[in-house]
Amino acid sequence: MEVLDQGLNPIFTDPDPDKAREFFRNKSRAMVDKRMTEREAVEKFVHDGDYLAIGGFGANRIPNAIVHEIVRQRKKNLGFLGHTSTHDFQVLAAGKCFNRVDAAYIVGLEARGLSPNARRYMESGEVQVTEWSNYALDVRLKAAADGVSFGILRSILGTDTFKMSGAKVVECPFTGKKYAAVPACWPDVAAIHVHEADMYGNAVIRGISVADLELARAAKRLIITTEKLVHNAAIRENPTATSIPFYLVDAVVEVPYGSYPGNMPYLYFSDEEHLAAWMKAEKDPEVFAQFLDTYIYSCSNFQEYLEKCGGLKRIEELQKLENLVDV
Amino acid sequence: MAPEYNTMEMMICVASRYLEDGKTVAVGTGAPCAAAMLAQKLYSPNLIILFEAGGVAPLLPRMPISVGDSRTFYKAVMAAGMSEMMTTCARGQVDYAFLGGAQIDKYGNINSTLIGDYQKPKVRFPGSGGANDFASFCWRTMIMTVHTKARFVEKCDFITSPGFLHGEGSREAAGLPEGGPYKIITDLAVMGFDAQTKAMMVESLNPGVELQQVIENTGFELLVSADIGRTEAPTEEELRLLREEVDPLRLVIGRA
Repeated sequence: MEVLDQGLNPIFTDPDPDKAREFFRNKSRAMVDKRMTEREAVEKFVHDGDYLAIGGFGANRIPNAIVHEIVRQRKKNLGFLGHTSTHDFQVLAAGKCFNRVDAAYIVGLEARGLSPNARRYMESGEVQVTEWSNYALDVRLKAAADGVSFGILRSILGTDTFKMSGAKVVECPFTGKKYAAVPACWPDVAAIHVHEADMYGNAVIRGISVADLELARAAKRLIITTEKLVHNAAIRENPTATSIPFYLVDAVVEVPYGSYPGNMPYLYFSDEEHLAAWMKAEKDPEVFAQFLDTYIYSCSNFQEYLEKCGGLKRIEELQKLENLVDV
Repeated sequence: MAPEYNTMEMMICVASRYLEDGKTVAVGTGAPCAAAMLAQKLYSPNLIILFEAGGVAPLLPRMPISVGDSRTFYKAVMAAGMSEMMTTCARGQVDYAFLGGAQIDKYGNINSTLIGDYQKPKVRFPGSGGANDFASFCWRTMIMTVHTKARFVEKCDFITSPGFLHGEGSREAAGLPEGGPYKIITDLAVMGFDAQTKAMMVESLNPGVELQQVIENTGFELLVSADIGRTEAPTEEELRLLREEVDPLRLVIGRA
């Protein structure tokens, strides 16, 4: 296949499908109890230098206990899949945990504005960046999930987004049409927050799946955090609802309200006041250092963070908001 | 006496008129979502709203904060994922998309990535998100923005999402499917694009605005339509629905 043009920036993950197969050949498929704490999951499965991906959509259904724990354990030199990332990116940038990013959506929090601290970090020159679009990163995950080394798409062509990517322009052998070929992305480790999971990792996502079905199948190691732990019989009662089967999963961490301050569909809405407090604290680096100490470093786990943010009382308000009960 | 309105209300009302019944529109949060909701209530009851994170045809109870929050698939016909939405765009089943950015050039190319050097930017913005994909795939893309010289530039620092690239024939040459920018709706005017050269062209001036004002606030040479008209001011009914039903908390229209 002839390469007609190519992006200038590096690819941070190895697109070789046989190396990925070799990894998955050796990954355990035993249906065993995988329950552990967020501390154990991060100690065991997230290593300095790993390439990390976070599920959900920025401040919706995010595995925030794992994101906080990665910062608390001061993981460094991670690669990061910046796919629809908002609050998750903001927290990891606060810990300066990554030094290279595949960027489709970073530093912003949608209508809430841009994270001042994440911007400072990205404007410092300390982070290596390769540019993509959301769909381009989704195609990279789908290729990995399919066990092939690249995928194709018709967007990003002709733009600086292509020029600053690691994609290549190729010609269709059947029609002569041009496509952007993008390399498969097998993240070393991913974390996804779900509504229900059993102790083996069979997991149920309710509502939109974003890119988590392909991410779960592309990630070499997968940490599931779940609102609720359910019995395996409940999974077997309705197998149509299973989004992620156990053999993809390495760790199961039960974290009620684990997407906080993000939204968890059907359960609780995002805490806009607390998200605004992050943005406000970030304006002054000294104030922000104190803020991080209070809300992450001095907490021994995510439950302590929840308590500091108002605990169950605040959660109940967010539950009403989610259910459109006017408070 | 004509009703009073702010510039945000003006842009949302104008945008809502371009969304035809029975078509599909990919929206973000804020003004685009308000325009689509207003269109559904007034002009196009069968307009189908799509959100890139996976929400298909929700019955929006109120404004979402995020394109992936639970409002975006409230009583939806399907709660899908990003792949479903993007492949629907790629197949040619999405008619409209709204885009935004820090800069736009005369061919409707948009910058939402950065100002300055790539690896050490002066200002870093979010990047494409799904915008490049929408701009590549959707039949007609639209932008609502304030009209300033800093925004309407001769050359974008970075082309995040494609308009007509370098003009006539260049989308095709790059391998992009047919489609591209349709209307640019600002606080001063509504602009379209010349059918031949694909350069931006003023089509109508907003109430009380003179052509000279538009020219002075644009950083490149604008074409002017031979039959340039006046943008119709927001009607009382548009404003009532927008204020009472679409955005009663003034989350979007309060920003003007």
